[in-house]
Amino acid sequence: MQSQASYDYAVVRKFAIMTVVWGIVGMLVGVIIAAQLVWPQLNFHEWLHFGRLRPLHTNAVIFAFGGCALFATSYFVVQRTCHTSLFAPWLAELTFWGWQLIIVLAAVTLPLGITTGKEYAELEWPIDILITVVWVAYAVVFFGTIVKRKTPHIYVANWFYGSFILAVAVLHLVNSAEVPVSLWKSYSAYAGVQDAMIQWWYGHNAVGFFLTAGFLGMMYYFVPKQAERPVYSYRLSVVHFWALIFTYMWAGPHHLHYTALPDWAQSLGMTFSLILLAPSWGGMINGIMTLSGAWHKLRTDPILKFLVTSLSFYGMSTFEGPMMSIKTVNALSHYTDWTVGHVHSGALGWVAMISIGAVYYLLPRMYGKNEMYSTRLITLHFWVATVGVVLYIASMWIAGVMQGLMSRAVNGDGTLTYAFVETVKASYPFWTIRLLGGVLFLVGMLIMFYNMVRTIAGQKAVNAPVLAVSAAH
Amino acid sequence: MSDFVSDFWHYYVTGLVVLSVAFCIWILASNMTRRSPGPVSLHDHIWDETLQEYNHPLPRWWMYLFWLTLFFAIGYYFLYPGLGNLPGKIGWTSVGQYQEEMKKADEQFKPIYDKYLKQDLLAVAVDPEAQAMGQRLFLTYCAQCHGADARGAKGYPNLTDGDWLYGGDAATVKATIVGGRQGVMPALGGVLGAEGVKDVANYVRSLSGLAHDSLRAQRGKDAFMQNCVACHGPEGKGNQALGAPNLTDRVWLYGSSEATIVETVSKGRQNQMPVFKDLLGEPKIHLLAAYVIGLSKNQDKQ
Repeated sequence: MQSQASYDYAVVRKFAIMTVVWGIVGMLVGVIIAAQLVWPQLNFHEWLHFGRLRPLHTNAVIFAFGGCALFATSYFVVQRTCHTSLFAPWLAELTFWGWQLIIVLAAVTLPLGITTGKEYAELEWPIDILITVVWVAYAVVFFGTIVKRKTPHIYVANWFYGSFILAVAVLHLVNSAEVPVSLWKSYSAYAGVQDAMIQWWYGHNAVGFFLTAGFLGMMYYFVPKQAERPVYSYRLSVVHFWALIFTYMWAGPHHLHYTALPDWAQSLGMTFSLILLAPSWGGMINGIMTLSGAWHKLRTDPILKFLVTSLSFYGMSTFEGPMMSIKTVNALSHYTDWTVGHVHSGALGWVAMISIGAVYYLLPRMYGKNEMYSTRLITLHFWVATVGVVLYIASMWIAGVMQGLMSRAVNGDGTLTYAFVETVKASYPFWTIRLLGGVLFLVGMLIMFYNMVRTIAGQKAVNAPVLAVSAAH
Repeated sequence: MSDFVSDFWHYYVTGLVVLSVAFCIWILASNMTRRSPGPVSLHDHIWDETLQEYNHPLPRWWMYLFWLTLFFAIGYYFLYPGLGNLPGKIGWTSVGQYQEEMKKADEQFKPIYDKYLKQDLLAVAVDPEAQAMGQRLFLTYCAQCHGADARGAKGYPNLTDGDWLYGGDAATVKATIVGGRQGVMPALGGVLGAEGVKDVANYVRSLSGLAHDSLRAQRGKDAFMQNCVACHGPEGKGNQALGAPNLTDRVWLYGSSEATIVETVSKGRQNQMPVFKDLLGEPKIHLLAAYVIGLSKNQDKQ
């Protein structure tokens, strides 16, 4: 049934390009705020103040960069693995322009100080409504494509993408419940510790479903594709998928240890975070073991380097996370740069690296080619980015543990040995190293941008024909 | 003490926790297959030309890790609060832990502070060891507003200059820390009008010999006599019983520029020194008050 129909690459192409563009923007803002910590005099104007730029950075890298990568790859993967074109491609087009509009609105409102004040959900209610509309359209396109698939079975990558789309919809709707008082101001529908708990239920599941499940979907397509090896274990993917989505929902309270949150909730947050270790590692094992028999390709294929390194960082940060959720460890690590290091080993090491690998795979195929303009530049990007991540997280580990130890040091008379400002002073060298790490990662993105432009320049967009389902069934 | 408005939520939470753990146990237990001899089977589904799946059994070490965390969680719920209202076998609560730690710390440190509580404040203020302890307390609890060097900032009084809003004798400084202070300057913009405020500002500047428009100051004096003397006194020397600042010296809490004084007079000021009685207790406040008094005494000597 080799039909004349072709895959809808137009929307994939646009999202893939914007992934690189927003990656640069978001990481540039990250570099700026890292510099502001080293040189506070860089806080020029209220619009460019650390407090305003920090939420812009997190929104830009998570929802603009990460979001575009998820849209691009999920639209690509769901078509290819369902052997059919997108359901309602015009609606997919709408999700692209809607999502870009949301990003631009975020980039304008956040520096202006328009914010709900809820971490990772700072955007005000009119933008929240827009997000809901775009997300529903996304779900319709994705699940519509699943429904019209030509294959009898749904490929594992689509389970993860599907759970990500559903869970994020629930999280967004519940956490963004708010009472508008004017066009650009609203108050949360929840109060006090309930508000904090809803916020972190949302916040941690944004990590769990947006930054983990979605990117595991990406992993399950691009790793076996690039390694040209079968996925290691179907059974493992079933077990770790269900265990992962069942336990992630509980982990939020570990952000609120030793607060007004009731003890039972703190206990549940900690124990389910520990239970999460094995399901998280299931994904890493399945990805890395897929390379058995193809390890030699790592030597020559920088895209595979990106993918495998991202899985290593995924394994590392999903070990670190459960450890940090243990209350006694958290008592040291909470409110320090250790948390910042942990987040970035996930965000740069896992999320960004797997997205970069996937986009390097996607881009040439959007233009009827098999390879990027320069493989050597991909290799260069890989090393620059890897050194950047290592500098970033190592400096934050040291700074974080140091801050934690300084904060709990007590004199013989029970007074604190160090005032807060002394921990700040002691952190400067590590903040400088972190800035250097961030700059390197950004430089890598600029190399990618150049490589992308050279790959696309003068090329015509090509939509591959829809493949017939393999006869093996 | 229950965290729930009704028993329903207790059963709801407990039920969900049991269900979630049981689900993990079930999905793990039902997939404990061992590797059968011969080559590992490859599923026959193929997606997108090349995507296939082996069906390796779950790695043993991974399963053990999973079991370990599940058993740990079950044991934890048995010992600690977790299943709704159930308190846990060892009766631990975070409040209990906090109180126990505080009790231990009190037992350990109280004698050190009590030693000074018996002494007169002014004697403590010249004791170098007490001053060192006072400084450590100051850096922990006071430096956020008054600065590490106690020289204050806009809106936060300088504690080293020997000038006092409420009085600098030992008992008053201690009372300030114990009970906090509420400094209120009423907004007079409505009463005086924009021009009137400017006139008063010029008069206020004239009181401490700062450059001013003498015509405005002359007019401002009348307004001052009608509206400001109740607190600041006819000579503008203030009133420590009310915390009304002396306007004739060169010490300014918010600033001496005409614009700042105009803002102060027209919009008023609200200022607050927090209450430390419950947070610190008298023995520590005693040391802190002695340290603060010592600060301005040392300044006098220089």
